[in-house]
Amino acid sequence: MILLAALDGLAYGSLIFLVAVGLSLIFGVLGVLNVAHGSFYAIGAYVAASAVLAAAGMGLPTWLAFPLFLVSAVLVGVVVGGTVEALLLRRIYGKEEVLQLLVTFAVFMILEDAQKVVFGTQPLFANAPMNWLGTVEVFGIFYTSYQLILIPLVALVVLLGLRWFLRRTRFGRAIVAVTQDREAAMAMGIDATRIYLFTFIIGASLAALGGALSSATTSLTPGIGSGMIVLSFAVAATAGLGRIEGAAVAALMIGLGRSAAVYFAPEFDVLIPYLIMVAVLLIKPEGLFTTVQTRKV
Amino acid sequence: MSRQYLIGAGLLIALVAFPLLSPWSTVILTVALCEGLAALGILVLLRAGQVSFGHGLYFAFSAYVVAFMAAAHLGHEVLLLVPIATAASGLVAALVGLFIVRYRAIFFGMLNLAISMVFFSLLEKLFSITGGADGKRVPRPTLLGMTLERESFEFWMFYITLALAVVAALFVARYLASSGGKALEAIKSNETRLEYLGVSSRKVLYGAYLLSGLLAGLGGAIIALVSGHVTPELAYWVRSGEFVFIAILGGVGGVAGPFLGALMFQIIRGYAAVYAPETWHAVLGIMLLVIIFFAPSGLYGLIAGRRRASGEAAR
Amino acid sequence: MVRTKLAAALFAATALLGLPAAAQEKPKELVVGIATFLSGPASVFGVPGKAAADLFFEEINAKGGILGVPVKPVYVDEGAGTNQLISEYRRVVQDQGAQIMLGAISSGSCNALAPVAEDLKVVNVMWDCGTQTIFEEGKWKYSVRTQGHAGAEMMATLLYLMKVKPDFKTVAVVNQDYAWGRESWALLQAGLKALKPDVKIVAELFPKFGAPDFSTEITRLSALRPDVVISTSWGGDLDTFVQQAAARGLLKQSTFVLPLAESSMERLGAVMPEGVIVGSRGDHYFLHPKYKNTAEMQAFVKAYKAKTGAYPIYPTFHMNQAVTGLVKAYEKAAAAAGGKWPSKEQVIAAFEGLEFKSLTGTITIRSDHQGLEDQMLGTTRRVPEYPFAVYDKIALYPGKLVTTPLGEKSLDWFAKVKPELVKDKSIETFDYVK
Repeated sequence: MILLAALDGLAYGSLIFLVAVGLSLIFGVLGVLNVAHGSFYAIGAYVAASAVLAAAGMGLPTWLAFPLFLVSAVLVGVVVGGTVEALLLRRIYGKEEVLQLLVTFAVFMILEDAQKVVFGTQPLFANAPMNWLGTVEVFGIFYTSYQLILIPLVALVVLLGLRWFLRRTRFGRAIVAVTQDREAAMAMGIDATRIYLFTFIIGASLAALGGALSSATTSLTPGIGSGMIVLSFAVAATAGLGRIEGAAVAALMIGLGRSAAVYFAPEFDVLIPYLIMVAVLLIKPEGLFTTVQTRKV
Repeated sequence: MSRQYLIGAGLLIALVAFPLLSPWSTVILTVALCEGLAALGILVLLRAGQVSFGHGLYFAFSAYVVAFMAAAHLGHEVLLLVPIATAASGLVAALVGLFIVRYRAIFFGMLNLAISMVFFSLLEKLFSITGGADGKRVPRPTLLGMTLERESFEFWMFYITLALAVVAALFVARYLASSGGKALEAIKSNETRLEYLGVSSRKVLYGAYLLSGLLAGLGGAIIALVSGHVTPELAYWVRSGEFVFIAILGGVGGVAGPFLGALMFQIIRGYAAVYAPETWHAVLGIMLLVIIFFAPSGLYGLIAGRRRASGEAAR
Repeated sequence: MVRTKLAAALFAATALLGLPAAAQEKPKELVVGIATFLSGPASVFGVPGKAAADLFFEEINAKGGILGVPVKPVYVDEGAGTNQLISEYRRVVQDQGAQIMLGAISSGSCNALAPVAEDLKVVNVMWDCGTQTIFEEGKWKYSVRTQGHAGAEMMATLLYLMKVKPDFKTVAVVNQDYAWGRESWALLQAGLKALKPDVKIVAELFPKFGAPDFSTEITRLSALRPDVVISTSWGGDLDTFVQQAAARGLLKQSTFVLPLAESSMERLGAVMPEGVIVGSRGDHYFLHPKYKNTAEMQAFVKAYKAKTGAYPIYPTFHMNQAVTGLVKAYEKAAAAAGGKWPSKEQVIAAFEGLEFKSLTGTITIRSDHQGLEDQMLGTTRRVPEYPFAVYDKIALYPGKLVTTPLGEKSLDWFAKVKPELVKDKSIETFDYVK
């Protein structure tokens, strides 16, 4: 039973990880807690689902959905995320944290309605990619390969990819340098404006990728973003904002915790993420995986 | 000083006269005042540079206390329900405050958010007790022992709320101008120096947190009475965000700010509900952006002249 | 300086005053306020409801309005939260002068609005909400419901399940965690105990409303293998649940009972397999075996499809009942008042005992203001004519048969329901005909 619960928690946790790691990255680099992050998730999901449905309408093969997920995620990250950063956030760096937070809150409200106007209110789903991958049987119970293998795999690739990117590439190291000492990094000739923009786009794309992946398993309705944002807050805060590996572990904890709750205490499944978050913040406010510095990638 | 009072007095006169001119607006104005009270609590915390995305907790807690007491016929009287419910929220704030004042900035905000979301989830989940997502009905209580018809109840509730709001605003203005209030500002500017002066910043913040919880609680208790219904949505994080929104919209320069902000919020929302019922969130969002980028000191700052309103106006 | 402040205060004051103007005694137009979900997950019902209302009022106005008075619909968003809904509702009545309010979809909204309508003395037509407790636990002079309630819906569901699959032994339920999910299960459970005392309930799951993922629930159900899985979920939740359950073979393993599935059938398309028990909170169906070929139905389906691109679902039929009931009540009240424009009190009085034809049947309003509405259930079948599943093995339950009798509470009534009811003679049955 515990194993079965764990398998379900894995897919769920992986999705939350994708969204939360983007949030965490943005906070780590820009110092902005992005309330609109859930909207990127929602828009990513809608764009991906529309793209997949359109492709199916044109008679294109189903496997094309997977590259389409990636394309829509990057597209949303660049177009929506890039616009928000360049047009709004850039003007308020260095101002009070409250104002930065409220700007993203305003963006959240606008995007929620924009999404409704563009994509309508009827539930939308495109489950062909999930069915295409078929099912696997574990102890006589069928799981979709999509949820059991693909989503966790993507999360793992993202985790390893981000690590590699931040540690091994020039640009990634520049990002780390900015988070550790902004002024010193700038003195060394690093272009902070560019770093900020790219980080925000990467973060937004990751959220959109989470949305895109979820579009095959779930119906998209207005309001999916606002539920996701609180969950990813919980993950990011549990891990310690800015921690990538930490976000992975925390997302897994929350995913598994929730699944276990459905088995052992179904009344409390929704409480689990918040309880974990409160507990961690109380005991170790800087997060489970942060040592001395709070902002670190 | 005079500026602060003038704006307050202008606002007060407008508010006193308003329901007489337009009776239907009393409930909306009362709601605005309640939200203004909660936003006033946010303002107190903002003075210390702290932002809470979880004051919906106190707003909802007192509202539910009112709902439960009224349903159980315990004290079916406004003058009993409001103080008890407010005190109950204060008690919760006193408990939460014990540990929350150890945190600053983003952690302060997140922890508030998390705790209010725990409460929100409980309200939704404990269906048999709280009525779940549909909430609870609040039967109309007596006022000073009198059973009132809707119109006169709403009328008197408005003036009582207005009086309470004035008292609260004056009290907060005094508090902010006192040494406690000054110490609060020091938490924002330089907490270490404050500690060197021998002042416990945690104690200072604790007082402010308690006050903000009480103010949000007062607003919540009244809103439960005038709308006659409570739902978990009162504790949802978006609602808490709205309080911060209102505080910034109105401006944190003076205690009249949150009320100006709440009034404006209701006006925008009212118009948006009529002319753009499907996109009123976006209208509010755009309004917020405009305020942040073009009038960062809020409506209060606009009216009081575009100076550094904070600090000066509180005197 | 003082002047600017006063100006600002006055601006605020005039801005509030400036909201649309007040009503007249003798109406040049009849303002009808409609509370419906324009945002949030329940807009899957609210937006179709609004689209239908627009169509019906256009049609009425094209014929000169109600008793010659043109109707102006004003919409209020239920998705803004109950407190905001209440203040918007008041504004529409007190400021925009609405004489009639149609409110609302959510049972929570209806519970909150009924006392407000009493306060405001405005006719409140509950057009879509289902909670049976409204008129069983309260008496509302100004509120009336032009459709059935959860009791009738669940009773018909239960009878249908007993009819088509009488030999089940284990049941699991997966309902949304809010009043509807909880109350509908309480009713079904009481009825199950009475009709089939030996049935075993193996799991009661209440995932969060709007949950994006039911994997864990599905895994549990896969392991438990219940004969019957009941879910009164709707909208995106139902779509997601069916989708994820279908992908993992659960729909083949257990018989699914989905009393609100009609509203998801077109969206679910090929995902919905054959053999699932489906319902529509009443007798609504654009392929209603008795009424699908009437001129009214065909015109409506055509107009609605042209406007929205989709087939009409049950909230549009509920809207039709509310609007038709309203017109008939006005006509009845005017006749009683000697042809004069009736007062609100006369209109509400006219609703009592009113009988009128809707697109899919006949509605009768009882003296407790509760409507009697027929209930229809069916079993899904795939046909070449439509890219989605349709109803087959249809059973039509008369409203009178399945609605809790006047003065009784549904939960008590369910607890003493008799198996004879399953085979009552007044139940009509149909098979799918092209």
